[in-house]
Amino acid sequence: MSRARFIWGEGCVAIFGIDTFCRDTIDKELVANCLKSAQGDTTYLHWLLQAWGTAVALSVLALIVAMTFGVLMGILRTTPHRLLVLVGDVWTEMFRNVPLIVQLFLWYYVVPEFVPPLKSVPPFVLAFIGLGLFTSARISEQIRAGIQSLPRGQLYAGLAVGLTLPQTYRYVLLPMAFRIVIPPLTSESMNIVKNSSVAFAVSVPELAMFYRQAGEETSQVLMFVAVTLLYFISAFAINRVMKWVEKRVRVPGMVGGK
Amino acid sequence: MNLDFSFLSWEVIRAYVANGFIFSIQLTLVAMVGGIALGTVLALMRLSGKKWLETPAAIYVDTLRSIPLVMVIMGFYLLIPFMIGRPIGAELSAIITFTLFEAAYYSEIMRAGIQSVPKGQVHAGYAMGMTYSQTTQLIVLPQAFRNMLPVLLTQTIILFQDTSLVYAIGAYDLLKGFETVGRNFNRPVETTLVSAVVYLVICFSLSYMVRRLQKKIQIIR
Repeated sequence: MSRARFIWGEGCVAIFGIDTFCRDTIDKELVANCLKSAQGDTTYLHWLLQAWGTAVALSVLALIVAMTFGVLMGILRTTPHRLLVLVGDVWTEMFRNVPLIVQLFLWYYVVPEFVPPLKSVPPFVLAFIGLGLFTSARISEQIRAGIQSLPRGQLYAGLAVGLTLPQTYRYVLLPMAFRIVIPPLTSESMNIVKNSSVAFAVSVPELAMFYRQAGEETSQVLMFVAVTLLYFISAFAINRVMKWVEKRVRVPGMVGGK
Repeated sequence: MNLDFSFLSWEVIRAYVANGFIFSIQLTLVAMVGGIALGTVLALMRLSGKKWLETPAAIYVDTLRSIPLVMVIMGFYLLIPFMIGRPIGAELSAIITFTLFEAAYYSEIMRAGIQSVPKGQVHAGYAMGMTYSQTTQLIVLPQAFRNMLPVLLTQTIILFQDTSLVYAIGAYDLLKGFETVGRNFNRPVETTLVSAVVYLVICFSLSYMVRRLQKKIQIIR
């Protein structure tokens, strides 16, 4: 290769070994274009970004699953129907009292045995379902606490003006409860990003997996810093989005409003 | 689909799982005691009102709280040979990591607990002629611990669940014990199921007890 093609790599401050990111993952040669190797192999930077993409996709999909089931179960646990309360309670206790890594193993090893079609589903899908349901238990706790923190009179007032129970929830209780629980939901959303790292256990190629492999091949310190930085950025981005939502839905005179 | 648990005899459990279970408990207890001790110091530093104490404690707590536990476990285990020149075992590495990591979480709980003690208590202590350390030890901390006991215990249950993450560095804990049995007998489905039930039973009964305790404390106050 000509000298000119190395300029990119040398520009990457070799002191800290940052040029590692521009090296090919197979032959460890510096590559002119940092993002793609000429031979069709990949550079460490490219691999890192792919792992980041996987981690973010995993977190976002898991968050959707978690919100859906968490909100549903949280609502069930506050209804006057004992059977519905029981369903919500059992759900929450089940997903809250088994460690996440064990739950991912359950989805990976056990569930496909009972549901054969799941055998052909990639681990990524099983991981985001598992992570989502694990977090749904925590979200259901927050939603329940949020609804129960409202004065009982709100429910009675809704029913007294002739709303049905679902209507009372839709128009009276939930709009207030949601605004109360946005801060705890923000921290649960950030936890999901951190917890997505556990998916390495079922061989999802996300950031923790990348660190495990790339750290062994190159510099431990550099890869550790890069990966933790990306986790931090992702969690921070989610935090900003949630803060934006919190601001958007603020109602004057109500919780958090002016 | 047919499950067969017959291979799980007491001998097998004693041989493979018991050691792992003992390690999980050990890890939980050491990290709890060490984490609460270190966490209390961190919390006192953050509430001291002195910049040079507050800043390092805040950086320590916020940094650790923003890194996934898995990364801390793997990072510490893989980086320690660079720092001290030789590797330490996965088990010892896990114990150190968990103590340092949990301290950050316990310190946040302790901080809330200390702040929940009314300021008048501190002033009363000073008015009696007590020093800072006397007021802290004899008046503030006992009340803070009492207020925070349920939360500290809940965090400990989470800690016990999180100990399963030492899987990342191959330390031999409860989960690893079951996993080893599953691999040796080629029965991963059954062992995964059993390990989940074991964790569920332990954590559910512990959190049930914490809830009972919480009710009891509430009545006393």
